[in-house]
Amino acid sequence: MSFISYLKDGISLGSVYAIIALGYTMVYGIAKMLNFAHGDVIMVGAFVILTAITKAGLSPLLSVVLGVIICTVLGVVIEMVAYRPLRKASSNLAVLITAIGVSYLLQNLALLIFGADAKSFVPVINFPSLTLFDGRLTIKGVTIVTILACIIIMVGLTLFVSKTKPGRAMQAVSEDRDAAQLMGVNVNATISLTFAIGSGLAAIAGLLLCSAYPTLTPYTGAMPGIKAFVAAVFGGIGSIPGAMVGGILLGVIEIFGRAYISSQVADAIVFAVLIIVLLVKPAGLFGKNIQEKV
Amino acid sequence: MKKMNKTTKNNFINYGLVLVLFAVAQTLSATGNLSNLLQGLLVPLCVYTIASISLNLVVGFSGELSLGHAGFMCVGAYSSALFSNVVGDALPSVPRLILAILVGAAVAAVFGILIGVPVLRLRGDYLAIVTLAFGEIIKNLVNILYVGVDENGIHVTTNSSGLKLAAGGKKIMKGALGISGTSTLYKDIKPYFFLIGVILILITLFIVQNLVHSRSGRAIMAARDNRIAAESIGINVTKYKLLAFTVSAALAGVAGVLYAHNISMLKVSIFDYNLSIMILVYVVLGGIGSIRGSIIATIVLYALPEMLRGFSTYRMLIYAIVLIIMMLFNWAPAAIDWRKRVLEKIHNKLPKKEAA
Repeated sequence: MSFISYLKDGISLGSVYAIIALGYTMVYGIAKMLNFAHGDVIMVGAFVILTAITKAGLSPLLSVVLGVIICTVLGVVIEMVAYRPLRKASSNLAVLITAIGVSYLLQNLALLIFGADAKSFVPVINFPSLTLFDGRLTIKGVTIVTILACIIIMVGLTLFVSKTKPGRAMQAVSEDRDAAQLMGVNVNATISLTFAIGSGLAAIAGLLLCSAYPTLTPYTGAMPGIKAFVAAVFGGIGSIPGAMVGGILLGVIEIFGRAYISSQVADAIVFAVLIIVLLVKPAGLFGKNIQEKV
Repeated sequence: MKKMNKTTKNNFINYGLVLVLFAVAQTLSATGNLSNLLQGLLVPLCVYTIASISLNLVVGFSGELSLGHAGFMCVGAYSSALFSNVVGDALPSVPRLILAILVGAAVAAVFGILIGVPVLRLRGDYLAIVTLAFGEIIKNLVNILYVGVDENGIHVTTNSSGLKLAAGGKKIMKGALGISGTSTLYKDIKPYFFLIGVILILITLFIVQNLVHSRSGRAIMAARDNRIAAESIGINVTKYKLLAFTVSAALAGVAGVLYAHNISMLKVSIFDYNLSIMILVYVVLGGIGSIRGSIIATIVLYALPEMLRGFSTYRMLIYAIVLIIMMLFNWAPAAIDWRKRVLEKIHNKLPKKEAA
């Protein structure tokens, strides 16, 4: 029974990774850049929700909506101020280093505003737990909500990208930016939209992450962010189902590693997965092999 | 005397700069103008200078982003401190330190090859994330490693109680507590550590500058500027990128050795992601690809905040903002055009003044 319990924990953690990984994979697929600050947007989202509930006394639902809005705006502003000017830069190292700068900026701003000590996150999700097998397995409400949210977001996003006009514009930009522009797609607006969706999802990921592990510091988002990137690479960067599968697999691997090998080397196991994936199948599970042309 | 070419002159300016700075620091310290706090900063300054020069080799000349530089420093630090503690008093301190430096550099280089071989064939973003992952793996593993030595040899386990040593054996590496007492092994040469640090900086400069201006260095830069073009003229891109990466890792290892032997308690927690970023900030602010810039930026950015106390809470915030602004100013096409226009305007005005 402990195996199933660990599996459940793994899928729950993996669902959070999957939601974060969606943000990475969409931005990477469309803007061809690694948004290092994505993990820190999660932290900002969690802080906004926590502050809105404890300081402003807003209802949990309203706080979550506020968190999503602020993160969406933040994502768009970051893209416009820090990344857009560098989009045509001669070296793609430039935008990567700028993204690290933005990540650092967010962390240190949060450090100045909220302090370094860990805040305990208030329970926002009140959902009854589910008891199975005569009480031998309890699935917490948070876990159910996390897994459901992950499935809904995944299905919704897939439909959005394949059926709607802005979604098809995203596909076009990710395929060939210049050709898309010639066909009348507004590339800047499409990239902004991608950042908006990714950052809005980051706020939800922040809520789910902090509901499952209720401590919040300015560095809360950094490690899950990096692991979610590993998940995105694992699943094949640029692919939405890939981010989902990669996220859940990575979550399960992490929890099993923690349970059966050692809790201290769980992170090392996760990163070892990345190195093995890059060695064996650099394009990831669902990724396409891209040939570079002259 | 034959006239020096520009490259040689540039190289010698860098050696000279380090020597002048060393002389200034020594004079200040001899005349008592250097506070204890600042004297304590001199050796770490050498550590970070070596680290940033070596990182510049990867970021500036090879055009790859490494975020695991702290990991290589960690490997170098721990392997050399282990070596020093195992050898103990069997060797006098000077040859022991030289051997420790070689051990640290060699182990870091081996790790550089291990990481570089699979990853350098991939695109740059992957290298950044894998080196970051490597740094975290190293930190995780070192954190649970226990090493002891007795008459039967060296024992390694992953938990404290598993270390069964014969009578008279001693524990060297104690997991998260790290290695303590390395610096006491070098009590006799401790006052000369700053001098040793400066010599190591000069050696690092010598290696990096000669590599960059060699045939291999030009191949490294060609691969950076256009990988496909470089491949098409027969440059083995992976080989040269690996060369740059390995040399950089070995030099970062040397920085780690210096750090480990200067400090009384070596803990793994210092070698985290933040340290890698800090060194990257030095490299970026000094100018990517400029060795002299790396040296100056390290000294200014490391020493200034330590001197201006109270400023330190805002230090990382200001680093972040400056990092973003510098990148935008130096790399954004719009900013480059604007700079060109401004320069042209100034240029056009100057001759008019002379005519008038």
